[in-house]
Order: sequence, then C-alpha cells, then structure tokens
Amino acid sequence: MTDSTVLRFPGARFAELSLLYVACGLGALVLSGLLVEVVGADWGDVGNALLDGSVRRPGRWGGTIGVAVPLAVVALGTVVSTRAGLVNIGQEGQLYVGAAAATYVGAHVPGPGPSSLLAVLVAGTLGGALWAGLAGALRFWRKVPEVLTTLLLVSVAANLVGYGLKNSWLLLDPEAKVGNRNLVSPQLSSDTRLPRITLWGNEFAVSVFLALGLIVLVGWMLSRTLWGYRLTVVGSNQRVARRFGISESTQGMIAMLASGGSAGLAGAIMLASGDFANYRVVPGFSVNIGWVGLLVALVARDRALAIIPVAVVFAGLRTGSGFLASTGIERRVTDVVQGLIVLSLLVPPAIMFIRERRRALAAARSRV
Amino acid sequence: MSSEPSRAPHTAAEPLAEDAKSFEGGGPASAGPPPPVQAKSLTKAFGAVTACDAVDIELHRGEIHGILGENGAGKSTLMRMLIGLVIPDSGSIIVNGTLVEIPNPVAAAKLGIGMVHQHFSLVEALTVWENVTLGDHNRLDRAGTRDDVAELGDRYGLHVDPDARVGDLAVGLRQRVEVLKCLRRQPDILIFDEPTAVLTPEESEELFYSLRQVVEQEGRSVALVSHKLAEILVVTDRVTVMRNGRVVDHRPTSASDAGGLARAMVGREVKLRTAGPKQDDDGTRGLEGPVTNAVPAMELRHVEVREPGRMPEIDDMTMAVQPGEIFGLAGVEGNGQSVLVDLLSGLRTMSAGEIRVSGTVIDPSRIGVANDAGIAVIPEDRHDSGIVLEMTVAENLMLSDPSRFATSGLIDKTGVREEAQRLIELFDIMCTGPEAPMWTLSGGNQQRVVLARELASEPVVLVAGQPTRGLDVGAIEYMSDRLRRVADSGVGILLISSELDEIFELADRIAVIYRGQITGLMHRSVATRERVGLLMGGDLL
Repeated sequence: MTDSTVLRFPGARFAELSLLYVACGLGALVLSGLLVEVVGADWGDVGNALLDGSVRRPGRWGGTIGVAVPLAVVALGTVVSTRAGLVNIGQEGQLYVGAAAATYVGAHVPGPGPSSLLAVLVAGTLGGALWAGLAGALRFWRKVPEVLTTLLLVSVAANLVGYGLKNSWLLLDPEAKVGNRNLVSPQLSSDTRLPRITLWGNEFAVSVFLALGLIVLVGWMLSRTLWGYRLTVVGSNQRVARRFGISESTQGMIAMLASGGSAGLAGAIMLASGDFANYRVVPGFSVNIGWVGLLVALVARDRALAIIPVAVVFAGLRTGSGFLASTGIERRVTDVVQGLIVLSLLVPPAIMFIRERRRALAAARSRV
Repeated sequence: MSSEPSRAPHTAAEPLAEDAKSFEGGGPASAGPPPPVQAKSLTKAFGAVTACDAVDIELHRGEIHGILGENGAGKSTLMRMLIGLVIPDSGSIIVNGTLVEIPNPVAAAKLGIGMVHQHFSLVEALTVWENVTLGDHNRLDRAGTRDDVAELGDRYGLHVDPDARVGDLAVGLRQRVEVLKCLRRQPDILIFDEPTAVLTPEESEELFYSLRQVVEQEGRSVALVSHKLAEILVVTDRVTVMRNGRVVDHRPTSASDAGGLARAMVGREVKLRTAGPKQDDDGTRGLEGPVTNAVPAMELRHVEVREPGRMPEIDDMTMAVQPGEIFGLAGVEGNGQSVLVDLLSGLRTMSAGEIRVSGTVIDPSRIGVANDAGIAVIPEDRHDSGIVLEMTVAENLMLSDPSRFATSGLIDKTGVREEAQRLIELFDIMCTGPEAPMWTLSGGNQQRVVLARELASEPVVLVAGQPTRGLDVGAIEYMSDRLRRVADSGVGILLISSELDEIFELADRIAVIYRGQITGLMHRSVATRERVGLLMGGDLL
C-alpha cells in the first residue's frame, strides 16, 4: 500500500496517456524539423509554407477541402469493412476503377446534366464496389484472404485502366493533346461536373456536403440500425453471429461492397469535382488518395465522425506541400511527415503497455 | 536421471532429501528450515479490480496445499504471480528464505517452481519425448529424454509411451505428458491448476496417487488449485480458501469439512450437492421415467457428423429429450460433446441423420435455423460462441432475436435497455448496467447473461454444455436451481457434463457418450457412479 510508484491518484493513467500523445506529437514535429534541417532548409520557412499552402493564402483552404473530401469518403468505407472484421487495403485500386467507370459513363451516357452527373457518381460507386466485390467473392466462396486479394487487385486495376486509356473504344480520347500526356480520357462535359461554390474567396465543389452527409448517415447507421448491429456482431465473433442466423458471407459481402463502393465514389468525386486532373482520368489518376484514405481510417480508429478532422489534417499536408518548392526542399518530405503523424498517434498506447509492465517489474525489484 | 541444465544449484537433489528427512520428526509447521515458498501480503490490481489483496500463503515441504475459491476469487492470479506470469503490485515472495523477484516463468523454473496448466501446452504433431524435451537448452538428447520418461513413469506410476504422437493420445494421457514434462525439471514446488477437469474419476485418482508420492517420498510441495470441494477434502493436507481476492480461511484439511469450506468460499450457507441418486423435492419427477406418449422436445435420429475421409465425430446418435426432462449426457471431455453442441448451435453440419424439434424436422446446417426452431444453447465455451465480449450487456441480451427490438431496421434503444434491465434484475446479473461492456463482467455473471438470453427466447429445448464449468460453488448452486426450474416449466434439457456429481444431481435419465457414440442409457434410479464411470472410460457393459 505504501508503494507510491504503483498506486497513484485516479486519472493518472489518463493524464499519462495524454502526455504521451503530446510527447509523441512533439517528437514527430522535432523529427520533421530535423529532417528539414538535414536537407538544408529552414523549418520555420517550411512550416509557414505548409500553412500558407493549406489554409493561409487566399483560396487555399478550398483546395484543401477538395482533397479532404475523397480522403474522407475512402476512410468511411474502410470503417465499414473494418467493423465487419475485414481488412480491405485495396482502396487505391477500387478508387481508380471507380474513376474509370465514372469517366466512361460520363463520356458515353448522354442526357441532361443532373441525371448524367448522377450516373457518373453511381457508375463510380459501382465500379469500386465491383472491384472490392471480386475480393469479397473470393473471400467468401473460396476462403482467399481479402488482405491479399484487395492489395493485389490494386496492380490489376492500374494495368486495366492503363489498357483502357490506350484504346479509344474504352477510355482514350484521341483528340485530346494535353501536353506530352496524350493518354487521357475525354473531359467531362461542363454540365456533368459537380457544381462549385465560392465562399470568402475559396472555391470548392458541393461534394463536401455529400461527404459530410454520408459520414453522419453511416455513423448513425452503424450505431442505431439492425444492419450496423449485425455487422458488428459478425466483426466481433463470427461463431456467435452464425449461431444466431447472421450470415458472415452476406454481411461481409455487404461491407466489402460498401467499402469498395465508397472508394469508387471517391474516385468519381475526384473526377467530377475538378480538383484533380481537370475532369479527366489520366495514368496515375488516383495519386495515392486511396492509400492515404486508409491511413485516415487507421488514425480515426474506425470512428466515423473522427474521420472529418483527420482527413482535413492529411489534406492540409498535401495541399501545403505544393508551396514547399519555394523553400528549396522536395515536396515528398510531407509524406515522411504524414508517416510520422500516423506513428505519433499509434505509438502511445504501445508505449503505455510497455511502461506499465516495466513499472510493475521495477516495483517488484525494489522489494527484493 | 540426466542432469537438467536449467536447474539452479540450490534445488539439487541432496539438500532436498536432507530437508525432507529433517521434517520427519517435527512436522512441516515447526521451526526449522524456511518454507520453500512464502508469499507475504501479495497484492495485484487490474484497473479498479483488486484480484489479490494482501494475500499471505505458505507452502510446506511434503504437503499438498489446496487453494479453493470462487471464480474471480484471485486464486489463479495468485498462482500466476508465483510462476512469473503476473507481476505483483506490492508484497513479497520468499523462496527458501530468500526474497526473490519472479519476472517470468523461466525465472520461476530456476527457483524450482513449475506449473501444470489447465489448458495443455503440448504440440500435437510431436511425440511424447519431443514434447517433454521442448524448452530444454543444449543439444537434443533423444535417448536420455526417453529414458527420463520411462524412469519417471515408473517412479510415479505415470506410464506413457515416449514415442507416441501426442495427437494420438487420449486427454488423460496428455495430462500425464504435461505432468512428466513438469516433473522432469525437478521442481521443488509444483502448481496444478484445475488438473482434473478433463479426467475420468479413475484417472483423477491415479493422478492424485502420483502427487501423493511426489510429496511424501521426495518432500516436494504441491499447490492444487481446484473448485471441487470433494477433491480438496480427500487429497490435500492443508487448505487455503480465497474470496474476493482475500484469504478467508486457512487450516489443515483434517480440521475442515465440506460445509465449512463452502461457507468460507461463498460467504454464506450453500446447498451442497449430494452424491448418488437423490430424492426430488416433489418426490416424483425422475422416478416415473420419461413421458413416452408425449412428442419429444428434441429428437436425434441416427445423426452422424464426419468430415470426408475421417473418423466420424458423432456416430449414429439417436436420443430423445422429453419435455420437462433433464437428459444427462455424461462423458469425458473430447468424446464428441463439443461437436454435438456445435451441431445443435448450427455451427457444424451433419453428414447423415435427422433432428426433430417438437416433432418437426429441422435442418440445423442452415444458418440460424436451430435458434429459430427453439433450441437454446449454453455453449461449453461462452467466449467462443456464447457472448460478444466487445459489446454491451444489453447488446448481448438481444442477440437471440434482434429484430424484436427494431422497427423497419431501426433499433429501439430504449426498448433494448428496458428489456436488459428487466433480465439483469430477474437473473441477478452483477454489472454496472445495461451499457456495461461484457468483458467487465465476471465469468459467473457472463454465464448468467447467456442463461438469461437463452431462456428469454422461450425455447423448446435447452442444450447446456458443461454449464457449470469454471463456476464457483455459489454460481453452480444458482445454475443447478435454474436448470431444474426450467425443466419444471416444461422445457426439455440436454445436460452435457463431464462431472458425475452434476449429472447425478440433476438428470432424470443418464446417457454416456464415448468416442461420439452413446454407449449406455439408463434411468437415474438404476444408475450407479461405478457403472457410468466405467462407460465413460470406454468399457462396454
């Protein structure tokens, strides 16, 4: 009882954990600063450039929102598949296929603007869902681990869309001569694009409201509906689920389709919002949004609402990095910073575990 | 005996024998050499729960020390501190008079403390001698190890073929391998955690005979963790009773009786099981025999479960559970009981035969059908298929029919909470409320959640797989009482148990399962423990 190192005031654990988060956050900042110093730039300049590029300069936070939206939509789908106990890590490919399907429909389905826009978004969702559905089908009919299939299908997607972009009967727009990149898809006609609004000098697409609505809706569905309940049971204990008539394959397929569909929708939004590649699909169109979206879900710890701030921070790093050229350092430095942020949020619980064990050992030793 | 590299010098055989001799006159409690293990004021808290609160315990040479307690009383935490799996928050451990620190099981082994765990840690694909040598340092010594196995087998009456593959051995023999593995390291102190859970009564007796030899002839000490009062009374020299993390009683076994121990364990009077056929309170049920003209609550006809190309796990099983009857299925664990429970839970499919509930054929391989047809199940391992630990008590209670609490897919949270509150009160579930996460509940209370949910679904038949395993005396009493009341209300109960006491106390008819087959069926009034015990061991009458 006299052992003060073990029996501490209530809330000590919480305080310690918070402190660890702060310390790790600072650690990430210091490491990032060191990195900047090593490559020969001034970290103050770099910080300013990042802030300028992401929010401070006029019109920049609109661009940040434009990046945050697809990130958030990808992360939202990931939350659903994770809830069902599935590990979908192929969002990058699902997003790319979604974007390709969207641009195909945009080019081939005529019609008045709004219905055509809707068709584009639906096509993107279906494309992504199909791509994740392949992995889901293999998982539930043939027991192939979805971790492998989703990941490997990313390469297949890249090559498939690449093939489409070389053939005019698929995605190639032969008339387009966009600089030296001539393998591009037709541009979405101006009335099938997502409307953009301007607010205080910042311009962004209305897809931000779609994303916010989806996040709230899915978060609510996960916690309040029978569907969310069943999904959680399957994800937590498959044998209990099976016993009570909740089919693992049905729920798992739904989750997989929802997850891939979200990634595909994110691809369609990227296409139709104009923040990426000027309303066309180009080689490498997905620009890592799928991977980063996966990270967003990881950091948000699978809570739907937590996606919003995380997505904004990660988007800010990305848009801010565009201003780094003036400071004389490589913009990819922000990828390292991004990785450090992820680590700084994942490391504290692990450190906490080790510290608690060490402390118990030390207490035991002090009695010897 | 080949020399054992991991042994510390002070555990060498000579001083040990000397110590044992020096005890012959004065008895272990008198002054003399320090006791092999002394724990002083050991405390360990997990979050807000204090698992062990200033526990003092002293093991003596040449004694079997029983540690008795309810589930969650802290006995396994105490043992895990002695073996180095859990590190105490405060207090001290003194081995042979020296204050020590035990950070891990390797350190415990060096101090001469060994443990035989409840769940086997054997590699099935390896042979007996390979398993025994596992964890040794230096070069593999096949001949030496095989000799050790034979020699130890002779000395303690624990014969096992050293070249047999562990996967081919029956559970009782696997236990022997586990014990041999521990004994070969020559520990001064052996800890046994619920060793008889998987043994037939005969095998248990053999094990205890060996333990007796270990302590009496070689002066080692044994700590026996158990929840079986009868076992503690017969086998141990000294008993420590724990409750709520504290030692509540400590005395020589000769100075204690079952009633007193049970009271100390639970903290109040308990109705103890009486061995042998017992009179019912109403004096009638169980003596009239099954009601043969009624439609059975559940009927199995020539049911077979087998994977292609393998031996059947359930073989041509036919049985009928009548409404209002407790049908006891006795057997040593691992003879197909868990397969049967899985089959009736819809977790396995049958390869032949049919199952009827209230006369209607059902296909339990279709997902959820068994549950919908009215087969309620208390699974053998509640964590495996009974509850979802990550979800709340309320969410676990609504599992059997979630759509009851939903209108057009939307869950009625208030309705769920009210129903959960009702069941929590009705079944005396100790928890902080409907929103408490399931993992915060003790084992006994988790089991009550399972029972509450299964009974709330108003089943036709209740399959109870080892329903009191791992429960303390108080919870066992509660469970037995509940099962009886459920049967009285007209539900058929299939009670699957490896504990003869439980079968004889509760069942109206007793069947024995051996290697997936029913090898005997008798009315309780004509059943004897000897006959059932023999059938459980594979003797055909």
